[in-house]
Amino acid sequence: MARPEIDSVTGVETTGHEWDGIKELNKPLPKWWLWVFYACIIWSIGYWIAMPTWPLVSDFTKGMLGYSQRTVVANSLANARAAQSGFLDKIAASDLAGIKADPALLQFSLAGGAAAFGDNCAPCHGRGAQGAVGYPNLNDDNWLWGGTLDDIHKTLQVGIRSGHEDARDNAMPAFGRDQILEPGQISDVTDFVLSLSGGDANAEAAARGKVIFAEQCAACHGEDGKGSIELGAPNLTDRIWLYGGTRDAITDVIRNSRAGVMPAWKERLPPETIKQLAVFVHSLGGGQ
Amino acid sequence: MDITAKERVEQAPREAAPGVDRLDVTAVNAPETRPLYAAREKVYAKRAFGTFRTVKWAVMAVTLGIYYLLPWMRWDRGPSLSDQAVLIDFPNRRFFFFFLEIWPQEFYFITGLLILAALALFLVTALAGRVWCGYTCPQTVWTDLMIAVERLWQGDRNARMRLDKAPWTFSKIWRKAGTHASWLAISITTGGAFVFYFRDAPTLMAEFIAFDAPSIAYIFVGIFAATTYLLGGIAREQVCIYMCPWPRIQGAMFDQYSLLVSYREWRGEQRGPHKKGESWEGRGDCIDCRQCVAVCPTGIDIRDGAQLECIQCALCIDACNSIMDKIDRPRGLIAYDTIDNLEAESKGKATSLHLLRPRLLLYAALIALVSLIMLVALWNRSVLEVNVLRDRNPLFVELSDGGIRNGYTIKILNKRHESREFRVGTEGLLGATLRIVGFENDTDPTISVPVDELRALRVFVTLPKQNLPSLKGGVADFEIVITDLGDGSTVRNDTTFRSPAK
Repeated sequence: MARPEIDSVTGVETTGHEWDGIKELNKPLPKWWLWVFYACIIWSIGYWIAMPTWPLVSDFTKGMLGYSQRTVVANSLANARAAQSGFLDKIAASDLAGIKADPALLQFSLAGGAAAFGDNCAPCHGRGAQGAVGYPNLNDDNWLWGGTLDDIHKTLQVGIRSGHEDARDNAMPAFGRDQILEPGQISDVTDFVLSLSGGDANAEAAARGKVIFAEQCAACHGEDGKGSIELGAPNLTDRIWLYGGTRDAITDVIRNSRAGVMPAWKERLPPETIKQLAVFVHSLGGGQ
Repeated sequence: MDITAKERVEQAPREAAPGVDRLDVTAVNAPETRPLYAAREKVYAKRAFGTFRTVKWAVMAVTLGIYYLLPWMRWDRGPSLSDQAVLIDFPNRRFFFFFLEIWPQEFYFITGLLILAALALFLVTALAGRVWCGYTCPQTVWTDLMIAVERLWQGDRNARMRLDKAPWTFSKIWRKAGTHASWLAISITTGGAFVFYFRDAPTLMAEFIAFDAPSIAYIFVGIFAATTYLLGGIAREQVCIYMCPWPRIQGAMFDQYSLLVSYREWRGEQRGPHKKGESWEGRGDCIDCRQCVAVCPTGIDIRDGAQLECIQCALCIDACNSIMDKIDRPRGLIAYDTIDNLEAESKGKATSLHLLRPRLLLYAALIALVSLIMLVALWNRSVLEVNVLRDRNPLFVELSDGGIRNGYTIKILNKRHESREFRVGTEGLLGATLRIVGFENDTDPTISVPVDELRALRVFVTLPKQNLPSLKGGVADFEIVITDLGDGSTVRNDTTFRSPAK
């Protein structure tokens, strides 16, 4: 091998590479950099052995430490569950009033209930439980099936027209569609219902409607229209309307009926979660 | 070809003046030999004696004393709080500083302190150059300490240079080992003192001895020990020259009226060796003994003028003054002087200090202003804080009787070191009724908040239907009033009540 050429200007030897008369000086990498580089190579060999590294045809090398991100997630979930188990055991053992009376359990249930509500209930009832047309507002003081802790708990468990054997269930006839009432009669009943809550109603029509109401509607909604929690019949005298309080909306309900559905959560969620949900919904402001 | 600084040193006579040795030393950054990349030249700083060295020892004693001992200072805060005078309590999110207790939402006090520190740094830099770098910067203080320890084991400059060139004898091995062992001991103590600021010092000390301190404590002791050892013991002046951004900012921080460590060229040149009995007429006072270079911790020559590497520690002033005394010339060949005065002196004009410069006045005014703002904020700092968060979803709830209900979350922070009791009420909303979740059966509940804690309350405010028309545009401003039952003081929080816009 020829002796390396020494650059006359700098006195440094060249690599022998030349481009258009420009020669490259032989300036090796700094020693510290090189040693770090070698250390990384040695480290990587250890890493191949210890950790999952190489892809195979349908699998990959597992590594001696058996590390897997799936296991890490499973472990952290198990840890979280273990950390909650003290509270969850107490919730399982306690009745609803007991949960509400214990500040620590109450706080845990409110937080857990809020999370479960967001996951399961918010699609229909809204993120703030404010409801929508056809989906009750859970913040207010109006409850179709009762607003006590136990009522709410039961509704959560069995659902409404859910197909569950104990489901909260009732049916309002479709007075127009099934031709039980004439269109004129429906209009009269609408006027009467509007008058119950102080709405804008024709007094004559309302008087005619009152008679029809007593025959057709009072069995469930009561003579005075105040409804019945046992039957799930809405109170027609208040300001809250599930399907809207305008003349058109009321006429539509009398004509076609409405029957909203809520699933039974008993088979879907653990009993502790349902208890937390009941406490959470009860705390929204309308609980009785 | 010009001779390099090194060659000039080698060719010069061995005696600078009668009784004064010429030292075999050149500035590490001598202009003749300054390449783009310079391999490190080891700096063997010689020991200096004099006023500034004494000041530096004192500053070192005070700063290190504060750093190591402050965590052990106690401060009584009652039974349920830490009694450590200065404690950064991450788990409980508190910063205890003597009489002050700063909550995370009061972090602006820390911001204010940092702004004050920055302004003070600007002020002293404009006044007297890199005083911070030269006297109080931790890098300088610890490097100084490490060099002192090194000198203890290996002797002063010449002895150290000889030792480094000597073969590895038993004497060299134990001197070197002793030096590094002492450095490591200092480093570990430094790291140890650091973690004491974050956990009750006596508790943590007991845990360290029993080897059951939290692992994060060991990690931080390790990190700080390693950086102290590396930066203070090994890297030293390299940190100041290459790592620190401050020297680069200096140029904008001082001006021709700042007092900088300067070589009075008009007095020193022509420099050269002085023989006994030779007249001082027609020549400079500098005998080119290079004591100023030898004592320099960054290894530079102050006679090359102001330069980035100079941390203005003033040790060259001490070194030069002692030589001036020896050769019976006036002191102050190297001294704190301004660029403006240096020029005036060289022309024989009168010198003056411009202390009332706009820059200094501005910094001083800003320091006064920020201090004032901080003091007012501290004075008015409430020991009770109330936050009212309005529900946004839903904004309001219509009730079956036509009334409207709004929901609020009220957070009461009790910053006192005793438990307190409160009553919650509303003001400015006619006909409103208030209900607190958890106190449904109590019309006027007493809310107790424990020492140094936050209590969150869910509160519902209801307005009956007949009062709704009084709301303009469906919205009304009102106050939630928290009354301290202990001393009757109140805290008012403005918030709004909303209803469907009519």
